Amino acid sequence: MFDSYTDTSLIFFPERCINCKRCTQVCPHAVFAEGKDHVELAKPASCMECGACALNCPVQAITVQSGVGCAWAMISAAIRGKDMDSGECSCGGSESTCCGPSQEQPCGCEEK
Amino acid sequence: MVNDNNTGQSCCSCTQQESAAPCSCGATASPPEIRITDSEITLANRLDHFLARWGFNREGHRVEPGLFRLGNPTPDSAVFASANYTLSFDALRSALSGTDAWILVLDTRGINVWCAAGKGTFGTEELVRKITETRLESVVNHKKIIVPQLGAPGISCLEVMRISGFSVEYGPVRARDLPEYLKTHTATPAMRRVEFPLKDRLVLTPVEFVHIALPMVVIAVLLWFLAGPVAALAAVSAVIGGTVLFPALLPYIPTQDFSTKGLILGLIIAIPFAFSFGTNPALPGWANAAGALTAFLIIPAVVAYSSLNFTGCTTFTSRTGVKKEIFRYIPVMALMAGIGVIMGIILGVSRFIGVI
Repeated sequence: MFDSYTDTSLIFFPERCINCKRCTQVCPHAVFAEGKDHVELAKPASCMECGACALNCPVQAITVQSGVGCAWAMISAAIRGKDMDSGECSCGGSESTCCGPSQEQPCGCEEK
Repeated sequence: MVNDNNTGQSCCSCTQQESAAPCSCGATASPPEIRITDSEITLANRLDHFLARWGFNREGHRVEPGLFRLGNPTPDSAVFASANYTLSFDALRSALSGTDAWILVLDTRGINVWCAAGKGTFGTEELVRKITETRLESVVNHKKIIVPQLGAPGISCLEVMRISGFSVEYGPVRARDLPEYLKTHTATPAMRRVEFPLKDRLVLTPVEFVHIALPMVVIAVLLWFLAGPVAALAAVSAVIGGTVLFPALLPYIPTQDFSTKGLILGLIIAIPFAFSFGTNPALPGWANAAGALTAFLIIPAVVAYSSLNFTGCTTFTSRTGVKKEIFRYIPVMALMAGIGVIMGIILGVSRFIGVI
């Protein structure tokens, strides 16, 4: 209860995994852990759906509906009649996007 | 500064059909400029960081994209990728103090690495473009680029390799871990984990507050004249609660959802104001009760909404979770705020016409 972050769109296909461990290198929340024959999906609830693992997996053993978990961006998109899932309203938006530079929200990664 | 390692390539060495860019025969294409940087963070840099933190001229904190020479790098020196946001670039170059290296700055439109990676501007296409534009393969004699780990959501190492021939090595999350990382080119699990400690949360609060400061002042002034100084203070407190207190107290407030955390914090903030509004001896009982209830409805709704918006600043909220929060709690917040405003208006009108 009062936890909306238990579900994730992350899907792992262990039978495809070649154990290159690239996903363990790019995931900032240790969602994947090293295993014997293939990596293990250790903490799926910690996935923030950044998509780094899927994008860097050489054998498409991971799928995820990646996007930015930003309420401001999603609400802005909804208000402007745009798709909340499109990612159009997120950090890094250009003048043409609904967030735009002047309304841009900061992110918790300023010094990273 | 012009790079001595680059000889420049005449565009007439290839046929006109092969070259997409127009060229004039006999001329030699100018070699790409390689800028010089160092690891010193000057007073001007610190002022720039301060202004960026306060949201002043958000678009202006940029570094010119392209290749930079840090120290006295040789063709064997490592190449690091960064964003053209001054805070990102300065974190990298200061962390590399004493290291001779090349820094390849991508054009992320003045946005930090992680946000730009999420948007795709710190991405495969731009990385390959900058490798090509700077003729990196003629500057260094290896084919490896160290990319910050948080750039991975935008970079496909496989595509970069396929298109450019350069391999991507993902460095640690934090630039300050680079000196240790470079000893073995292996990141410890701690280097791979992103955290969100108090300091990181607090540095985000100024821009959060500035973002909503003007509406807050307008509303506070209006309330001052319509309902008195306590009501004005309530508005200021709600905004400060949502934009400063909430980030500071984030891990300590019960529940996981940002909205419920905000509602809890808002209820606590509302208590003294509800007490003040609810114990006015000059007003009838129903007006006192309505005044107290108004505070308990509006303040938590405002704090909860600000808290929900803080999801974009955090390092861990997923799109699925945030979307669920929006659909689950925004109607509740809207209802609370709506009823609270109506009650406030009724109280104000009653006072104006002399009913209370």
